[in-house]
Amino acid sequence: MEPVVKVENLSKKFGEFIATNAISFEVNKGEIFGFLGANGAGKTTAMRMLSGLLTPSSGQAFVAGFDVATQAELVKKNIGYMSQKFSLYEDLTIQENIEFYGGIYGLSRQEIKDRSKGIVDKFQLASVKNKLVKTIPLGWKQKLAFALALIHKPKVVFLDEPTGGVDPITRRQFWDLIYEAANDGVTIFITTHYMDEAEYCDRVSIMVDGLIKALGTPSELKKSFDVDSMDAVFQLLARGTANK
Amino acid sequence: MKKFYAFVQKEFYHIFRDTRTMMILFALPVALVIIFGYALNNDYKNIPIGVLNQSKDQTSEKLINRIIGSGYFVVEKSLEKPQDIPSAFKLGKIKLVLYFPAHFQKELYHSKKAQVQLIADASDINTAINTTSYLSGIINEFNAENAREINGGIQISTRMIFNQRLLSVYLFIPGVIALILLIISALLTSVTLAREKEMGTLELLSISPISPYMIIIGKVIPYLILSLLNSFVIILLGIFIFGLPMTGSISLLIMACFVYTVASLSLGILISTRVETQQAAMFASLVTLMMPTMLLSGFIFPIESLPLPLQVISNIIPATHFIVLIKSIMIKGAGITVIWKPFIILIGMTSLFLFVSIQSLKRNN
Amino acid sequence: MRNIFILVRKEFLQIFRNRQLLPFMTVLPVIQVILLTFAANYEIKNLRLGIWDLDQSTSAQQLIHKFTGAKFFQEKALISNQKKADELLMKDEVDLVLVIPKDFEKAIHSSNNPAIQFQINALNNAKAGIVQNYASAITQDFLNEKRGNSTLLASPKIIPITNYWYNPTLNYKTIMLPGIVAEVMTLIIILICALNVVREREIGTIEQLNVTPLKKHEFILGKLIPFWVIGHFIFWAGIALGKIFFNIPMVGSLGLLELFLAIFLFVPLGIGLFISTAVETQQQALFTSFFFIILFILMCGLFTPVETMPDWAQYINQLNPLKYFVEVNRLILLKGSGLKEIYPFIAKMIIYGIGINLLAIWRFKKTN
Repeated sequence: MEPVVKVENLSKKFGEFIATNAISFEVNKGEIFGFLGANGAGKTTAMRMLSGLLTPSSGQAFVAGFDVATQAELVKKNIGYMSQKFSLYEDLTIQENIEFYGGIYGLSRQEIKDRSKGIVDKFQLASVKNKLVKTIPLGWKQKLAFALALIHKPKVVFLDEPTGGVDPITRRQFWDLIYEAANDGVTIFITTHYMDEAEYCDRVSIMVDGLIKALGTPSELKKSFDVDSMDAVFQLLARGTANK
Repeated sequence: MKKFYAFVQKEFYHIFRDTRTMMILFALPVALVIIFGYALNNDYKNIPIGVLNQSKDQTSEKLINRIIGSGYFVVEKSLEKPQDIPSAFKLGKIKLVLYFPAHFQKELYHSKKAQVQLIADASDINTAINTTSYLSGIINEFNAENAREINGGIQISTRMIFNQRLLSVYLFIPGVIALILLIISALLTSVTLAREKEMGTLELLSISPISPYMIIIGKVIPYLILSLLNSFVIILLGIFIFGLPMTGSISLLIMACFVYTVASLSLGILISTRVETQQAAMFASLVTLMMPTMLLSGFIFPIESLPLPLQVISNIIPATHFIVLIKSIMIKGAGITVIWKPFIILIGMTSLFLFVSIQSLKRNN
Repeated sequence: MRNIFILVRKEFLQIFRNRQLLPFMTVLPVIQVILLTFAANYEIKNLRLGIWDLDQSTSAQQLIHKFTGAKFFQEKALISNQKKADELLMKDEVDLVLVIPKDFEKAIHSSNNPAIQFQINALNNAKAGIVQNYASAITQDFLNEKRGNSTLLASPKIIPITNYWYNPTLNYKTIMLPGIVAEVMTLIIILICALNVVREREIGTIEQLNVTPLKKHEFILGKLIPFWVIGHFIFWAGIALGKIFFNIPMVGSLGLLELFLAIFLFVPLGIGLFISTAVETQQQALFTSFFFIILFILMCGLFTPVETMPDWAQYINQLNPLKYFVEVNRLILLKGSGLKEIYPFIAKMIIYGIGINLLAIWRFKKTN
C-alpha cells in the first residue's frame, strides 16, 4: 500500500536548538497513527512541518503525495487540522462556522449545504445550530471542530491533543468518531498526553529529545519493553533520558 | 493582611517580569514627552509667504527686506499678477501673499498713505491670524521709524508674569503630562481587570479568602507605583530638558501627582466594571478619554473660550484640574491656600468613581 | 475572490454581533466629533482686566475708559498695590494688570514720554502675545486722540489691509470638523485593525486558517476591507453631520475627497496590521497603537502649526498620515483644489500604503 505520509530524515533547527532531529517514518491510508512525547520533545514541531506551517531545515516529507517544503499549498488542500484550542469562532453560530470553513476550503454552495446538513444530523445539532459557539458545551465544540477538520474530505487529518480538558466519557465518544473516519479511509495523525488513548492507536511513535525512540503497534512496543501498558513504555523511555 | 501582602507581591512579579510591557510603559511616555516638548510650539518663524509686487519701487523693496530680515517669514514665491494668487494657495505651499498694488510708492508720497494687502490663507486660521498680526506689527514699526514718531509715543513696559520669555513649553508640557498619565493609568487598570474578567481568573480569585475589594486594590497597587514613577520621570524631563521651573513645594507636587494618578486608576476600575472584554475596555478608555481630554482640558483650547456646556464637561475631566495644579505649583509657585479647590475636586471624583465601581461590583455578585 | 468575500462576510458578522464594541466604532466617534468641534476655538475674548491707577487723573480715567470700552476687555478688579496684583495673577483672576504711574497726565501734556506698564499672565504664551497686541493698540489709539493726528498725517503711512481668504469670518469649526473626523477615524482604524489580528492569534484561529489553502493576501484583504468600510462610514457620517450642524463649506469635489479617502485608509490599516505583527498581546498592541495615534493627532497641524516644528520633527512628520489628510481637507473643502493640486498627496498615499502593507505582510510571514 502506498503510504499517505512519508517522512525521511526530517529536521528542524531553531538557531542552535534542534527541535526535530532527522526523524523518518511512514503512515498508511486509513491508519490511526499516535504521536507521543513529553512537552518539548518535538512532536508539535514535527506536526507543524507536516501540516505546512513550518518549513523543514533539512530532510523530506510527503503528505498525500505532495512535498511539504515545496508544495505546501497542495498539502493544505488535502489535510485537516484540529488543535486543542478548537479554533472555532466563538462569536459565530455553529451554522456560520460550518459555512465559513466550508467556503475557505473552496466547497461549492451546494456542497456546503449538503455537508452542513450531514454534520448537523450526525451530531444532532439541529436544535443548536443557530446558537453562538461560545454558548455550547466543550464536548460539542470538540466534535464540531473535528467535523470541520473533515469538511473538505481530506486524506489526512492532524489532531493536536484534541481531547485536552474533556471528561473521559466525551473522550471515549470522540474516539468513536476517529474510528469512523479511519474506516472511511481518512488517515489520522494524532498527538496526545493520555496513555490510555495511545492504546487505541494502530501504531504509535514516541519522541524523546527530537528523536523517535520507539515505533510500532502498542502490543509490539509493550512486548519489546516487557511491560503491560503504554504508560509504562512511556515512563521507561522518558526516565531513560532523564538519567543521561 | 499577610495574605493580602503575598497577593500584591505576586502581582508585582507578574508585571515587572513582563519586560516587553515594562519597556513600552516607560519608554513610551518618555519618547512622547521629548517629541512633543520639542515639536509642539507656536513660535512662528520661517513662515512661507508669497510676494506680489506690482509697484517694484524702493519703498516696497525696503519693506520686503525688512520683513525677510525679521526671521518670521521666508519668501517662497514671487507672483506676477493677482490671478496667480488662488492657484498658489491651492497648491498649499504658501500661507500668505503680500500684495503691493501698482503705483504704491506714488500713492504713498502723494496722498501720504498707501495700502498694502495682506492676503492670508485662512483655511489654516491660527497661522493666518498670527502671520497677519506679525506682519502688521512689522509694517507699523516701519512706519514709525520713517516718521521718527517713536519719540512721541507712550513708553509701554510689559512684564510677562510667570513666563518671561513666552515659551510655549509652559503651555504644552503640563498638558502632555496630564494626558499621557491619564491614558496610561486608566488604560492599564481597565485592560488588566477586563482581561482577568475575560479569562475568568477574577472569578477564581473571588472564591479565595481575600475579599474582592482587596483583590482589586491588590491588582491596582503595582500600577499605582508604576504610574507614579512614570509621572516623576516625565516631570523631571520637563524640568531638566525643557526648562520648566519648579518654584513651588515639591511635596505639594508629589501630592498632586498622587491624587491625580489615583483618580485615573479609579476611572480605569470604573471602566473595567462596565465592560466584558479587553477590547471593549480599550475602546472605552481610548475613544472616550483621549480626544476629550486633549481638547477639553485646557491643553489645546483655552477653557474660557469653550461654550458653556463644554465648560461643564471640561470640569468633570480629571486632567483639567491636574493641569491647573501642575501649572500653579511648578510655574506659579502657588501654595495650598490657592489650589485647594482642584485637590478637593480630584479627591471627590476618585471617591465617586470608586463608589460607582463598588455598586456595580455588588450588583454583579 | 470568493475567499475574500467569505472572510469579509465573517468579519462583518462578528462586528455586528459585538454589541459592546459596535457603538465604539460607529456612533460614538461621530457624536464625539460633533461635540468636540464645539470646543474648537482659540478665540480670545472677555479678557479680565485689573486696574492699578496711581495717577487718578482725567487722562488716566480716559485711558481706562478706552480699555473697558473695547470689546476684548472687561474690568475685573481695582488694585492698589503690587501684592494684590500678584495675588490676582496667581489665582488666575485677571489676565492683564494695567499700571498707570503717577504723573501720567503731566507727562502727556509736557514733552516727556508718558509711561505705562502691562503685567500680563503669560502662562499661555499665545494668549499673552495677543493681550499685549490688543493693549498696545488701544494705548496707541488713546494717544493719537489725545494729541491729535497732526504728526501722524505729516509722514507717509503704509496701511496694511488684511484679507482672510477661504474663511473670511475666521470660523474655527469649518476647519476643525473635517480634521477631527479624520483623526477619530484614523484612531479607530489603527486600533481595531491591530487588536483584531492580535486577538485572532491569541485565540488560535489564525493558525487554523494557516493550515487551510487560504492565501496570505486573501486573509489580509479579508481583514482590511471591513475596516475600510467602517472608516468610510465614520468619515462621511461625520462630514454629513458637520454640514448639518456647522454648515462646513464644500467648495471642491467630494468625489475627489472620496478618492483620497479610499486610498488614504490603507495607510492606517497597514499601520494597524504592522503593529499586530510586532506585538504579542492585545495590551501591547494597544499601547503601541496609542503611541502612534497620539503622535499623529498632535502633530498633524490641526492644533499646532506644522511649520514651527524643528526640522527633525518635520522630517519624522512626513510619515504622519494625518498631516496629509488635514492638508487635503483644507485644499479640497475650503479652497476647491482639484486633482491637479491633489495628485501629489494621492501619489504619496499610494506609496505609503503599498509600503506599509508590504512591510506588514512580510512581517506577517515571518511571525507564522
